[in-house]
Amino acid sequence: MKALAARLRERRWVWSFAGALVVWLITVISAGGRGAGATLTAGLGFAAFYVMAGMGQMLVVAAGPGNIDLSIPAVMTLAGYLAIGAMHGDPSMLWLGIVVVLAVGGSVGLINVGLIKIARVPPMVATLSAGFIMQSITIAYSKTTTAKPPGILMQFAVGRTMGIPWIAIVLIVAAAILGLVMSRSVFGRDLLAVGQSERAAYLAGIPTRRITTIVYVASSLLAAVTGLLLAAYSGGAALDMSSDFLLMSIAVVVIGGTSITGGRVSAAGIWGGSLFLYLMSTMLNVLGLGAGVRYGLTGVIIIAVLALSEDHAPI
Amino acid sequence: MLRLSARIAPALRGAGLPFLPVLALTIMVIGMGIMQPRATSYIGLQLILRFVPPMIFAALAQLCVITASDIDFGIGPFISLVNCIAATLLSSHPALCFLLLAAGVAAYGAMGAFIQIRRLPSIVVTLGASFIWLGLALLIMPTPAGSAPDWLVALAHWRAPYLPLPILVGVLAAIFSQWFFRMSSYGVVLRGLGSAPPFLRDAGWSLVVARSALYALAGLFGVISGLMLTALISSGDANVGTPYTLLSVAAVIVGGSSFTGGVISPIGAVVGAFIMLLTGVLLSFTPISSDWQLSVQGLLLLLVLGLRALSRRHA
Amino acid sequence: MSDTPPLVVMSGISKNFGRVRALASVDLAIGAADLVGIVGHNGAGKSSLMAVLRGTVARDEGRFLVDGREVAADYDVRQARAFGIRSVFQELSLCPTLTVAENTRLSHRDLKGWGWRSAARRVIGKALDTIFPNHGILLDAVVEDLSASARQMVEVARAFSILSMPPRLVILDEPTSALDAQAAHQFLNYIVRSRENGISCLLISHRLKEIVDHTDRVIVMRDGRVVDERRASGLSPEQLVEAMGVMAQASETAVAQLRPGGSGRAKPAAQIENAVLAHDARSRGGRIAFTAKAGEIVGLAGLDGHGQKQLLQAIFRSALGPADAGLRVDAEAAYVSGDRRAEGIFPLWSISENLTVSLLKGIARFGLVSARDEEAAAREWRSRLGIKTPDVRSPILSLSGGNQQKVLIARALATDARIILLDDPMRGVDVSSKREMFDHIRHEAADGKCFVLYTTETEELINCDRIYVYYQGEITAEIPRHELSEERVLAASFGRAEEASDAAA
Repeated sequence: MKALAARLRERRWVWSFAGALVVWLITVISAGGRGAGATLTAGLGFAAFYVMAGMGQMLVVAAGPGNIDLSIPAVMTLAGYLAIGAMHGDPSMLWLGIVVVLAVGGSVGLINVGLIKIARVPPMVATLSAGFIMQSITIAYSKTTTAKPPGILMQFAVGRTMGIPWIAIVLIVAAAILGLVMSRSVFGRDLLAVGQSERAAYLAGIPTRRITTIVYVASSLLAAVTGLLLAAYSGGAALDMSSDFLLMSIAVVVIGGTSITGGRVSAAGIWGGSLFLYLMSTMLNVLGLGAGVRYGLTGVIIIAVLALSEDHAPI
Repeated sequence: MLRLSARIAPALRGAGLPFLPVLALTIMVIGMGIMQPRATSYIGLQLILRFVPPMIFAALAQLCVITASDIDFGIGPFISLVNCIAATLLSSHPALCFLLLAAGVAAYGAMGAFIQIRRLPSIVVTLGASFIWLGLALLIMPTPAGSAPDWLVALAHWRAPYLPLPILVGVLAAIFSQWFFRMSSYGVVLRGLGSAPPFLRDAGWSLVVARSALYALAGLFGVISGLMLTALISSGDANVGTPYTLLSVAAVIVGGSSFTGGVISPIGAVVGAFIMLLTGVLLSFTPISSDWQLSVQGLLLLLVLGLRALSRRHA
Repeated sequence: MSDTPPLVVMSGISKNFGRVRALASVDLAIGAADLVGIVGHNGAGKSSLMAVLRGTVARDEGRFLVDGREVAADYDVRQARAFGIRSVFQELSLCPTLTVAENTRLSHRDLKGWGWRSAARRVIGKALDTIFPNHGILLDAVVEDLSASARQMVEVARAFSILSMPPRLVILDEPTSALDAQAAHQFLNYIVRSRENGISCLLISHRLKEIVDHTDRVIVMRDGRVVDERRASGLSPEQLVEAMGVMAQASETAVAQLRPGGSGRAKPAAQIENAVLAHDARSRGGRIAFTAKAGEIVGLAGLDGHGQKQLLQAIFRSALGPADAGLRVDAEAAYVSGDRRAEGIFPLWSISENLTVSLLKGIARFGLVSARDEEAAAREWRSRLGIKTPDVRSPILSLSGGNQQKVLIARALATDARIILLDDPMRGVDVSSKREMFDHIRHEAADGKCFVLYTTETEELINCDRIYVYYQGEITAEIPRHELSEERVLAASFGRAEEASDAAA
């Protein structure tokens, strides 16, 4: 029993899956047993987008106290608009869309790092301000374009095999790879070391600045790709398509068992957290409760997870 | 000019008097006078600056939290919540309304104690809280509705003798907050919390009480800001406060306070609130679209922080 | 006088920090208007004793009476202040972003209400004027804008400032370290004068002359005990150094035991031509340059905070990137800190993960590290250094301090670095672990690595081939091992290089 408790403490992501299971069951029961499979596969599809953005957020959060990326939603919309606009519905221009996505993600990531490491702006303020600037650019650009995504991209974004969305399959594989990178690769270890103690990591010979740069750039890149796929999924970019992602990217990471003070991550937990939050909103819809309850509950859960988790900054 | 400011600024620093922000504000007012001479009349100022009072109190709320070397990510949604509560209840059930608002202040105080006791990063706790505020606001008011009582509207449009109301509010807020933080004997303890908590504890002060007091005060200023906003828009909207999160940080920092160390300037925060609002006003005199307003305000914040980092490096 | 009880009586006070005995049955009595000096080198127990007295550390055993009455079990800083016990630290305890007057307010809870600021100015101003006439400090200046000397003056004056109740006993831990000569003189004269008002002082200082000239009696501490007490009048600093070193003979035997039969010098360092480290501080007025060669263990001695750490950090920085001015580093460096919690361990990780973090690149295949390779490396180092754990996958925090430190040393030794910087690495480590680690370090040095060891414990220096003694940021003596003696290190640590060489001659 004690051993089980210890294992659960170590594998906190289990809780997020358990939570997802519970809300799914409640949904199915209150819908009279109908649509159980459809709810789940739809959940996989939507949750995949949260997972993609959440993976970037997890990398940033892993880098230690204070590190957080609030520019994710703005990067998503900007990359979505610019890439879709660049391709203009032409499948042969797919390469250009990808280049635009990489350029947007890479440059925003570098801007964030520059603000944080060179101008010494707190990460929250740096990424939030950078986000607002990009949001304005997006708004200005959105008035000039109404392009549709190329068909091939849309087919990929909505495609399914045996009812399971392709995107979900890709992201299950991606999360598995990320889990491996975090636990077994030199980079992953270095990042977790920096997150636990930047000073100790520096003295152990770890290139701390390079690690920080990589995680912010990776976060922006993942956000940019998420933006493109989300735009393709919904048949075009929209200004409000990423409004949920500021909260969600953080919530899925925290609920999934990643320590908000850094140094401990769970890639599997991102899936658990994403499924839980998506299925919870489905459940609330079925129960006839609106967005207010969803936001409120999410906030309560985040704070409860913080209060219950044992790791807080050393005294 | 720079040489002069380099000599005067440190001299004023001990007293927390912001030289550069006042200079910047003066230049902006002169600029506005040249572009729109009528804007600088009593009526013109009363009209143009009418949204300054809620901004001032949002900035002061943020100032409280920044005094403790923390950041409040939830002040914008909290102001929305106050707005929704007031627009729903203030006319019909004023007692209940004030009771709820008092509960909001208490919740803020509890949040400060929680952050101190569990030694959690303020960003995540306030972020989690921000979704609770937003959720509650949406519960009360899923779509914009409601109204403000006549007395509140009349108060917001009162023609004060000599000074336009927004300026009068600014002067009074500046005097009170400057007195409380910089001159009262407990204000010293609160700034000590942001400066060197271990020394404060060694001198026999309770850190929990101090942090909790700062957060409760932030909640109180948030309530005042929300009520003033309600008076101006005369309705309730769950998203109306959102921009105040970034704007309040920007006003405080542009006003000369630092993110850490308890180095704050309450007068500066008030001046910063005027600067933030006038940035929007000046922008509206140009052909630039108002979509860029928040972006320009964010850029201003980054510019100030970047310049400050540069001057520190050369000092 | 005889029927009033002494101000403070401590008897049989003991305190352990983990396995380290910081205080072993200390007796101390302080009367009214009593000026007592306390000397002893690092780790002798002075700071622990003062911490118990001022209420930041609770004693494990012993009786502690103030005004003849036993203090309460929850004795803390506030109660100490209520008794009139105040303290001044070497490391300042002023809030850096507040003004002088505001800092005064923080330590006097009664300074409140309208006019508190002018009252605070008056209180601290009066103390400053009395102790340091013509100090020139603006009472509304922010503390971090003041010079180090002015900050120290404020700290001192704050402890002697009088609002409602005057201080009765002021603990002074290196109060003059940052003061210039004139201010130090003014201050020391003041404490002698303040005795006439019944104020007692406990003075800790590395400037021994200050102690013998300005106190009534001197207590000598060593290894957590009071080993000697002398009248200050007629005592010379040299006699005090001697008193502190009385135990040196006793540890000589330990030297013989610890030194392995000649193996430590298997490869004379001189055989390797190029110096891997060279630091020339002479340009800044220092007289002795620092060098360390492959195969050597070089010791840095002196009192804590006199520039040894700065050298280690400069070497580490220079090995990573562009070298600091005046510093040449010819090889990679690894750093081992004795401040395990802040600068060493990764608390969420296992022993194995902690040990291998610096060598992952070396054992990774296709960018991935296999758990088997990692644990094999960890097990190998476990047996080499005798890390006491059945399973290298256990959490690092399950180890004792000494074994955690072995993991950190193994981490550094396992890398390709040829220079190993040891920053007081044996802090809180038990004797047997310490011996095992030094045995291994000597072995590695013989194989061509270069060690630079900063230690606050003089006995550890016998493991070094050469020792540089630091005093106020400069090297005051270079002592080869065969000339090493406790007296010489002590004398040089107190800035008395000349006497040191005389003593050796």
